[in-house]
Amino acid sequence: MESESELIAKLQQDILLWQGFKPVSASKAERIGLGAIEDAFPGGVFPKRAIHEFISVFPEDAAASDGFIAGILSSLMQDGAACAWISTKRRLFPASLRSFNVEPERIIFMDAKSEKDALWIMEEALRCQGLAAVVAELDTLSLIESRRLQLAVEESGVTGFILRKSAGKTATTIATARWQISPIASVAEQGMPGLGFPRWNVNLLKVRNGIPGNWILEWAGEGFLEIKRVLQSDGWKEEQNRQIG
Amino acid sequence: MIITASSPLAAAAGAQRGMRAADAKAICAGLEVLDDKPGRAKKLLQGLGEWCIRYAPIVAIDEFGMDGLLMEVSGCPHLWGGERPYLKDIVSRLKSKGYTVRAAIADTPGAAWAISRYGTITPIIEVNGQAEALLPLPPEALRLDEIVLARLRKLGFYQIRSFFNMPRSVLRRRFGEEFLLRLAQALGTEAEALLPIQVPVAFQQRLPCMEPIRTRTAIEIAITKLLESLCPSMQAEGKGLRKGVLTGYRLDGKLVQVSIGTNAASHSVSHLFKLFQLKIDQIRPGLGIELFILEVTKPGDVELPQETIWTEKPGLDDNSVIRLLDRVAGKVGAEVIRRYLPATRYWPERSVSNTTSITAKKDTEWRMDMPRPTELLATPAPIEVMALIPDHPPRFFRYNGVQHQVVKADGPERIEREWWLDEGEHRDYYQVEDDKGRRYWLFRSGHYGSEKQFKWFIHGFFA
Repeated sequence: MESESELIAKLQQDILLWQGFKPVSASKAERIGLGAIEDAFPGGVFPKRAIHEFISVFPEDAAASDGFIAGILSSLMQDGAACAWISTKRRLFPASLRSFNVEPERIIFMDAKSEKDALWIMEEALRCQGLAAVVAELDTLSLIESRRLQLAVEESGVTGFILRKSAGKTATTIATARWQISPIASVAEQGMPGLGFPRWNVNLLKVRNGIPGNWILEWAGEGFLEIKRVLQSDGWKEEQNRQIG
Repeated sequence: MIITASSPLAAAAGAQRGMRAADAKAICAGLEVLDDKPGRAKKLLQGLGEWCIRYAPIVAIDEFGMDGLLMEVSGCPHLWGGERPYLKDIVSRLKSKGYTVRAAIADTPGAAWAISRYGTITPIIEVNGQAEALLPLPPEALRLDEIVLARLRKLGFYQIRSFFNMPRSVLRRRFGEEFLLRLAQALGTEAEALLPIQVPVAFQQRLPCMEPIRTRTAIEIAITKLLESLCPSMQAEGKGLRKGVLTGYRLDGKLVQVSIGTNAASHSVSHLFKLFQLKIDQIRPGLGIELFILEVTKPGDVELPQETIWTEKPGLDDNSVIRLLDRVAGKVGAEVIRRYLPATRYWPERSVSNTTSITAKKDTEWRMDMPRPTELLATPAPIEVMALIPDHPPRFFRYNGVQHQVVKADGPERIEREWWLDEGEHRDYYQVEDDKGRRYWLFRSGHYGSEKQFKWFIHGFFA
């Protein structure tokens, strides 16, 4: 006889299957270097066959989202695959991607004139199995459109990222995960003046069948580094004298 | 006004080419003078040449005299039952339209040119018979300059025969290289290339329709049929389509055309069909289309796919990626697709170079020694700044009405302007972080305290 908890676990596994999650074992090889954040996802694995939605209101947050996505791309594109970056008003500076371990020349930028075109390109790109990931900067996304994208993703296995840069109001989408990334003060190496590695407050607002949460993450040159939350002292006074690098 | 052409009747009355119109009118009272439009002769020749493609695939305009056409007829006359009926058909058809025509067939363009203008015996010269046929002709038949011709006449050379056997070195000294080249071209010892007015298309397929076609489904069937017969022939030669045009001939005599392009040569029926499918909306069938012609205007070599030993996730040149780009280029336009390569320049806006090619390789490494912002503003935005000490990073700045207190800063990084391209001040870049942890890229344009105004700008956002 199965115990009640075993039965519930089995039913949850079934629900995941019906929702398009393929069962994957949480092996080390599947990790993409996000550390504790990956445990928030069902099965403890970052869902690659999924749409991830990033919302930002201010350009600073958008830049942080770009950086965070670039960090994820660096592990998704590890095996030489290309990536498509679709937008209508792009400000991303390709040269900066190199510092996130991504080769900018392996990214195909598609700057559409209208949202409609961008959405069409995104759907076509998500069906293309030769790509590792597709990033799209979209302002609006309806439920039906997001469902089409989700279907395309489930078929091909390409990871989709949607960056909503003017997300004043939250739209209903069926994205697997909704993120909000905002920059927080960096900490330079011991005794060094100036800025440290980029550090973000990663807010996982929604994750299907997972546990939403809040983390502090740093891009430490080669990969993500999770920062344990400590009481922040007033850094201004001690930094005052060593301001210039 | 100079006479550029005259009718045989007027010429007989004395109105010669090159004469003043007023003089000609004085000689021949009833002369009718019509204005000549520049370029009309060339246009007429072009039209006639295009009409002549029915006789031979390669037709060129005679650039020397601008009054004739040169046709490469190898392999064509037997379709009209031999050279004589072939020539007769061309001449009689043109004559029926009111042209005065002379024609000749010979082994070389030069000999044919000579015989058609100065020949008297037969218009068809046997194989290797051009030297003999040229002998009795005047030197004008060799397409020579007026200066050389005058010199030849002065020396008493009225026939090609009289200088044909002279040593070449003597002829070169007296008449120049051009003279020998023309002689060699007429004899066939020197090759002469024709510049065809329409380059024959290597891959072309026609589909005449029993009934005029009007519906989308029918057009799709037509395109599939055309591709199914065209693609195997391209495949057999290892070629593929880079650019293709589908022309529909409508019942009302109008043409409808759609064209497609690919990023890598392809002879796959399903892929090319998908590209045409995106364009079907642009085909206006009107009353109906009765003939489809599919032409490959730019063929390319297909790179044979290598067998992969282990399945690796493919890169940029993956087939599915190239097909995706083809579809995007077909639907939205090829100009939306970009890739960026590093450039050996420091000025931030020019430090990346834009390429549309999918295969272009970088010729320099990406620079990582200096911080570059994740998001770069297309044009730097001016900010209000308070700095305590000159040449120090600002303590406060105001951008878009929001006050930022700078907590940490790196810099300056001085980037000089590329003075050979544009004028202006250098920039001193600072990477700053404000009290909320937001990171910016600011710069000061120009020196502190210089006579010229220095200004502060924001140029980007760091992640």
